[in-house]
Order: sequence, then C-alpha cells, then structure tokens
Amino acid sequence: METIIFSLLNGVIYGLLLFMLSSGLTLIFSMMGVLNFAHASFYMLGAYFAYTISGVSSFWLALIFAPICVGLIGAAVEKWGLRRVHANGHVAELLFTFGLAYIIDEVVKIVYGRNAVDYRIPDLLDFPLFELFGAQYPAYRIFILFISVGMLIALWFILNRTRAGLIIQAALTHPHMVGNLGHNVPRIFMTVFGAGCALAGLAGVIGGNYLVTDPAMAVQMGPIVFVVVVVGGLGSLAGAFLAAMILGLLQTFAVAIDATFADIFGFLGLSQTSELGSITIASLAPMLPFLMLVLVLMIRPRGLLGDREL
Amino acid sequence: MKLMKSAALAAALGFVAMGASADTLKIGFIDPLSGPFGPSGDAAMKHWLYAAEQVNKGGGINGADVEIIAFDNKINPKESLVQFQKAIDQGVRYIAQGNGSSVASALIDAVNKHNARNPGDEVLFLNYAAVEPSFTNERCSFYHFRFDSYTDMKMNAVTDWIAARPEIKKVYVIGQDYSYGQANAKVAEEMLTAKRPDIEIVGNELHPLGKVKDFTPYIQKIMQSEADAVITGNWGADMVLLIKAAIASGHKVPYLTYYGGSLGAATAIGTDGVGQVYQISEMNTNLDVSPEQEELIDGYEAAYTDNNFYYSRVFTAMTMLDEAAEKAGSNDPIAVAKALEGATLDTAYGTVTMRAEDHQIIQPLYMSVFSDNVKRGVEQLPLGWTSADGDKIEAEATALPTTCKMERPE
Repeated sequence: METIIFSLLNGVIYGLLLFMLSSGLTLIFSMMGVLNFAHASFYMLGAYFAYTISGVSSFWLALIFAPICVGLIGAAVEKWGLRRVHANGHVAELLFTFGLAYIIDEVVKIVYGRNAVDYRIPDLLDFPLFELFGAQYPAYRIFILFISVGMLIALWFILNRTRAGLIIQAALTHPHMVGNLGHNVPRIFMTVFGAGCALAGLAGVIGGNYLVTDPAMAVQMGPIVFVVVVVGGLGSLAGAFLAAMILGLLQTFAVAIDATFADIFGFLGLSQTSELGSITIASLAPMLPFLMLVLVLMIRPRGLLGDREL
Repeated sequence: MKLMKSAALAAALGFVAMGASADTLKIGFIDPLSGPFGPSGDAAMKHWLYAAEQVNKGGGINGADVEIIAFDNKINPKESLVQFQKAIDQGVRYIAQGNGSSVASALIDAVNKHNARNPGDEVLFLNYAAVEPSFTNERCSFYHFRFDSYTDMKMNAVTDWIAARPEIKKVYVIGQDYSYGQANAKVAEEMLTAKRPDIEIVGNELHPLGKVKDFTPYIQKIMQSEADAVITGNWGADMVLLIKAAIASGHKVPYLTYYGGSLGAATAIGTDGVGQVYQISEMNTNLDVSPEQEELIDGYEAAYTDNNFYYSRVFTAMTMLDEAAEKAGSNDPIAVAKALEGATLDTAYGTVTMRAEDHQIIQPLYMSVFSDNVKRGVEQLPLGWTSADGDKIEAEATALPTTCKMERPE
C-alpha cells in the first residue's frame, strides 16, 4: 500500500516535470515541423540561470526571471537562426538545432565548470510537509506538483480560451491562411518557439534542484523528452501529457517492485540463479522509456494520441 | 567565480609544469575530472598536487621534482586506455588512479601488457582507491600497488560493528551496479551471515552507476523493508544523492558507508543526520595527531579552500614512493617496486605496511561518525567526522589472507 502511494506521488511529479519539458517541444514541432534537438539544452540553461539568479537574489526571482531569459534566448535563436535556415528545408533545421545543443553544452561547461553546481532548494520550502507511513515527504516536491499543474492549466487556458490561442492553433494547421488574414505568422512562430523554450527553462528551474544541475543534465534528459513526444504522438499536447505520466509512473514503479525475471517467468522454468532469471525489474527502470519507444513505433507509429504519421 | 577557479587551477598546473627541469618524475593521474564523479577525481587530484608539492619542497625524489599530470578519463575504461597511452607518450612511468574499479581493472591489464612489450620502459600503477578484491588476489600484478584497504577489509570492519549491536536485526545493502558494487554486495552477505546468522538481509540492491538522480524511490523501498541499518559502498554523486534522499525522507537508521566523506555529502547530511551516518576509512581529521600532521591538514585546506583533507592515503603513497626510490637509489620503476615490497611507514594514523606477497597496503582503519561536536568541520560546516576510542581497528586485524601468486621480473 505504501509502495503504491509513494510511487504514485513520485511518479506523477516526475511525469509532470517531463510534460513541462516536452510540451514546449511538441508545440514547436506541431507548428514548425522541426524537432528541436536543443530543447533539453534550454532546460539545462533554465537550471543554471536559476542557480545564478538565486545566488545573487532569491529563488523566487529566479522562478520568474530564469524562464523569461531562456524564452528570450529561444526567441532570438528562432529569429536570427532558425528562420534563416528554414529556407533550406527541415534537414538543415534539424542540423542547426543539433549544433546548437552542442554549443550550449560547451558554453555551460566553460562558464560553470564541468562539475555539478550547488543549486539548492530554497530554505522556505526545505522542510518535510507531512509524514506518511513513517516516511517524510519533502514540501518541495508538492511545490513542483503545484507549479506544474498551474502551468498545465495556464497552457490549456491560453490555447483554448483566448484569441491568441485561437490564432496559434490556426497557424499550426493553416499558416498561409492565417498570414493572408493579416496576422504576422513569423512573429507567432517566434513567440511559440520562445514560449516553448521558456517552459523548458521553467522545468529546469524547478527540476535543477530537485534532481542535479550539471552539464550532463541536457544529454540525460534529451532522449527521454523525445520518447515522450514520439510516444504521445508528434504534435499532440494531450498525447505528450499522457506519455509523460505513463513514463513517470512506469519508471518509479519499476524501482519499487522487488521482483526478478525468475519471479515473473518462473512458471516457464526460469530459475533464480540463472543469468536471465536474476535480473531485477528495478534494474530495468532506465531502459523502460526506450523499450516503450520501440514498441510504440512498431505497433502504433503515430503515437498514442497523434494524428499524423511520422 | 568558477572561471577564476579554473584559471587558478590551470595556472597551478602550469606552474608545476614550468618548474619541471630535465630531472622530473612524472606521475600520470588518470581519473574522472568531469561528470557525476568529477568532484571525487578533482578532490583526489588536489591531494596529489599538494603531496607532490610537499615532496618537492623536501628536495624531490632522488633529486627529481615530482610532476603530476592530470588526465580526464570520464570514468570510462576505454577512455582511460586512451589517456594511459597519452601519458606514456609524455614520458610518464608512474600512473595514479583510484576512482572506479572498472577503470583500474582496464589499467592493470594495460600496464601488464605495456610492460611485457616494452622491457626497460616499465610503468608502475599506484592505485589509491580502487578497492575491488581481485586486484590484490587472483589478478594481482607486480606492477600494481594498492594504497587503500579493499572492500572485504572494510566490510569486515563494518560487519563487526553491526555484529556487536544486537538491536540490529535487519540490514539493507545498496550499491552501484558494476564490478566493485557487486563484489561489495556479495561480501556483505557472506560476512553478515557468518557473523550473525540471526540477521535478516532484507534487501541487496544494485542501482545503475551514476545514472540515478533521485534516490527517493529506493529510500522508500528501504524504509518499507524496516531495515535497522543500511550498508552502502556508494561514492561520488551516488553517495551524495542517496544520503540526500534518505535525510529528506526522514529515514533515521545508521547508514554505514565507505565514502560518506564524498564531496557534497556532508552538506546533504546536515544537522538532521548527525550521529546517523558512519564512515569506515583510514582516518578522519578529528583524530588526535602530531602537530606536523595538523600543520599538513591546515596547509592543504588553506591551499584548497573549497576542499577538505580526505585522502590521507595519497600522502602515504607519495611518501612510500619517495622512500622506496631513495632506498633503491633510483627512480626506475622496477627498482622502486622491489623496494616498495614489504616497506613500512609510520603515518600520523598508525604504521602501514605494503604487503610484499600481493602489494596490498595493511593500514589501521577507523570507524567515524558524522557529528556536530568536532574541532574540524567539513564543507564549511560546523559538522564533521569523529571517532571514539574503540573505533580504531589495528592494521593487523584488518589483514585478510590473499590468493595472489605473483610473477616477478628478474
């Protein structure tokens, strides 16, 4: 029982963090048709900016300004980089973001060093919120939960209930028509790219001290974010949400389950002492996202809720 | 700030290089200087640099200045071999490595091969921290010297500690999933069963090396097992994050560690973990020692203010190397190796011996506990590691028999 409740809580929080990261990527993809390889790098930038800002002022200012800075950088990248490359087709765009990811990586290493920085949870949130079955639950995790849910609602509201959202949605599917109606489509693209990056930055701000802020964080998070977007269905926000949740829960539950292959496939005659039988489910946790990716691509290439084929 | 530090470090390295005359003894330091284990490698490098400085102040080794050349192996065995080759090309005849038994394993093979193929140009491997048992047992090599007690020796002390506490009925073992963690998990189970058959091992978990960023699910699993004590061989980021999650979850049982002193762990433990986290090692900075040793510690911590004196064994290795070379009257690796065999040294923490039959150091060990009543804190905290009177394990008591059958050159 405790296992289920704790794994649920941890899984949902990790899932929400994943969604915050991948929502931007999905938005950008569905609008511009470009997979932004540098997306996880913007997540890393968010964490490092937050570390710097909270060092000189406070975490709360970092929470507001770090995502804005990341968003501005994202918008600049779109305006002066991606837009020019766009004329040369998708492959050029892909390569551009690929190179950008490396540049951001190296710049971070030069500025902040190769090792993890001491980016800490603010004192105000550094206390156990409640005790459940003898284990304390840190308040900061619940804070992540609230921030993520808040962002989720705000995103839904903007896209579905405001005029700006209406135009963005229209630009997603019929950019030429929107342009002919007198809207500045390049500016919409730039805004969406910037907003997507800002979301990744926000994920970095709250994820950087929840996990670890080091130059490897982009490389580690990058593949998982792609898994979320592809499994959810390229361009589908709802799909990304579903996939992020499934992945988050799957990974935490896998760690919590105390079983080996032999326990599960014992009826097939697999023994506890054999090489295969002694593999624990917990040790599979890091592999599960990619297993899921392969399975989804085989069985349902458009993803869980996607409406276009890859 | 970070930039300044790197610049200072580069300048320091450059200084050592510039000071190098034709007569230098180069030690290639091959360890992770980036990534999750970067802080561990970086801290060790600073100890080697400082130890080299001390030796050079005393006239060097047989008149030759010691130069430490650092190579970043990213804790990758394959990368380490590339760096090893690079070191050889720069004229390095002594290599030092410690972080990661997977790396040490690859380096031992590489050194053996190199020495077989290049007679007269041999290389010695000074292992200051890789503690997988086989290196001084079935895989022992004449060219490898281990300056730290290996897992079985440390686990022996840890299990003795547990065996003496009848209130401990359930033990959880958690470690990193590679050769060292696996060896450690195995020996923990064997020794506990032998010493206290009534103890139930409620979990023996291996997690991926350096990949886990949030240990909370593992901690919650440990809490549900109702373990009375946790044994972990984790080090580097895996140690810091494990203890961070344990403290955040309010897990109040003894954590018996090998490397609780990993950089960043003390900050993560904080006041909440006082009296709860233990470390088995060759020293802690709050032991009563001679004024010279206090001066050395002060000097080190003044030179590297963001770092604490931790690897006493690096100084042991450097001093023993120095003395062996002077005794041999030569800096030739084979002559030095022969002089190192059976050498003894009176360190500030007790007499240590380099056992001739397997090149394993036999040193006293101390069980330390994380405390708020210390004269020397760590990581700029008023908290640190301290031992009581009964916490010293004499060198002879730590020694274990070896299966080593060493082949020696003529």
